[in-house]
Amino acid sequence: MRASAASGRRSTLIALGSTIVFAVVVVLLVTNAPGWPAVKRAFFDGEVFRESLEVIPEAFLLNVKIFLVAEAFILPFALLIAILRGLPGPVFFPLRALAVVYADFFRGVPTILVIYMLGFGAPALGLSWIPIDPLFWGVVALVLVYSAYVSEVYRAGIESVHPSQEAAARSLGLSRAKALRFVILPQAVRRVVPPLLNDFIGLQKDTALVGLLGVVEAFRQSQIEAANTFNYTPYVVTAIIFILLTIPLARLTDWLVARDRRRQLAAAGAR
Amino acid sequence: MTAAPALLLEGVHKSFDKHEVLKGIDLALEPHDVVCLIGASGSGKSTLLRCVNLLEPIDQGRIVLGGDEITAPGVKVDRVRRRVGIVFQAFNLFPHMTVLRNVTLGPIRALGASRAEAEAEARELLGRFGLADRAGDYPDRLSGGQQQRVAIVRALAMRPELMLLDEVTSALDPELVAEVLSVIRELAESGMTMLIATHEMSFARDIAHRVCFLDEGVILEEGDPEQIFTAPREPRTQQFLQRIVAAGRL
Repeated sequence: MRASAASGRRSTLIALGSTIVFAVVVVLLVTNAPGWPAVKRAFFDGEVFRESLEVIPEAFLLNVKIFLVAEAFILPFALLIAILRGLPGPVFFPLRALAVVYADFFRGVPTILVIYMLGFGAPALGLSWIPIDPLFWGVVALVLVYSAYVSEVYRAGIESVHPSQEAAARSLGLSRAKALRFVILPQAVRRVVPPLLNDFIGLQKDTALVGLLGVVEAFRQSQIEAANTFNYTPYVVTAIIFILLTIPLARLTDWLVARDRRRQLAAAGAR
Repeated sequence: MTAAPALLLEGVHKSFDKHEVLKGIDLALEPHDVVCLIGASGSGKSTLLRCVNLLEPIDQGRIVLGGDEITAPGVKVDRVRRRVGIVFQAFNLFPHMTVLRNVTLGPIRALGASRAEAEAEARELLGRFGLADRAGDYPDRLSGGQQQRVAIVRALAMRPELMLLDEVTSALDPELVAEVLSVIRELAESGMTMLIATHEMSFARDIAHRVCFLDEGVILEEGDPEQIFTAPREPRTQQFLQRIVAAGRL
């Protein structure tokens, strides 16, 4: 126990040392580059940094809202797609085919194109009964694209549950729907929480794309700031804010994966 | 006039793709009968049980449960399955539910029992089979023998009129087999109608009212256990039992 504590401390020190050396080398390399003074002025201006901090975090709240609203639609919608894709029998072929086409299409088209087409195309149709707010269409685009990804994650989870589980549930007289709801989905969803969170991280970043429609979220706000100050520092501020939000999400994902692995090992040991 | 048989199979055929697994099975169980199916792996024992529970649709013939033809078109399979309990070789407990929830899922979600009612009955059944203190545990905390006993209790909680046991001790460590067999013995003594596929020959001999020897998709020989195990008529039955004896399992 003492020995392992000492060796633990030792490896921590080694890790710390090598990290510092690495960081120093990178900093020296960058700051000694011939163009560094110009880059420093353009990207790391203290004055602009402070000014940006006054407006960009507020705009970033809109990114968080877009993220939360989109996710609230994505989770159930993607589950529906995944379930449609798993329907058995020839009767449901059209629904299965629809789910496949949907997932293929929205995973294939670049997100930015979906955002442009819906954000500029849908309002231009001139239909009075559909919204013309670009924010609305931006969120719709994100929901459509990310539901395609998330439905595949769900599907992988559903298929990872052994068919004997469904047989056991059906043998108790449960309908297929009830077997899915009480036996298969709870196991499937539990298994895919880490990859789901991974897609959350992607979505969180992609909320910036809605800014391309003119919606003033963090990225658009930093464009405005950059244009006003002839300086790129606002982009750095936005990048930092995004990172501050995605890092905890990434660590949470890691922690969940590690916890699952520990549980599996514990379960295997108990047998 | 006697009552309808508990289970009647007439000319049951079943194929998977081109491979015919069941080639015309005729079998009748009276209420309280305990019938053991013996035979080599691949002889169709498991498929036969899965057909009775409608987990596999049959290609030809008919199956009648307590007077109702369950293979007729338009029969509600979920209703049939509520009357027939099945226990699998690999337990197939639900790993995300406690023992108690495993047992009450069917009564609550398929039979519409109230939670209180279902839990009271589940606890009583668990107590009867020595599992009272395991109600709150998850299946992965239980030994194989305990898991299989829970699986039996889960099937019993539906109050089935017929129990199908599919090689329920084959996945168990040898020292855990006895506790599961004693549960089945108790069920037999309580009058449960059972169709049991098994490799445990001495158990079959001990518990069965009748033994059926399945060979290549047909019931080649059927009789009382003493006759089958001591004086089998068919050469194939003799061969099979000789191999079992040579393997030290009888």
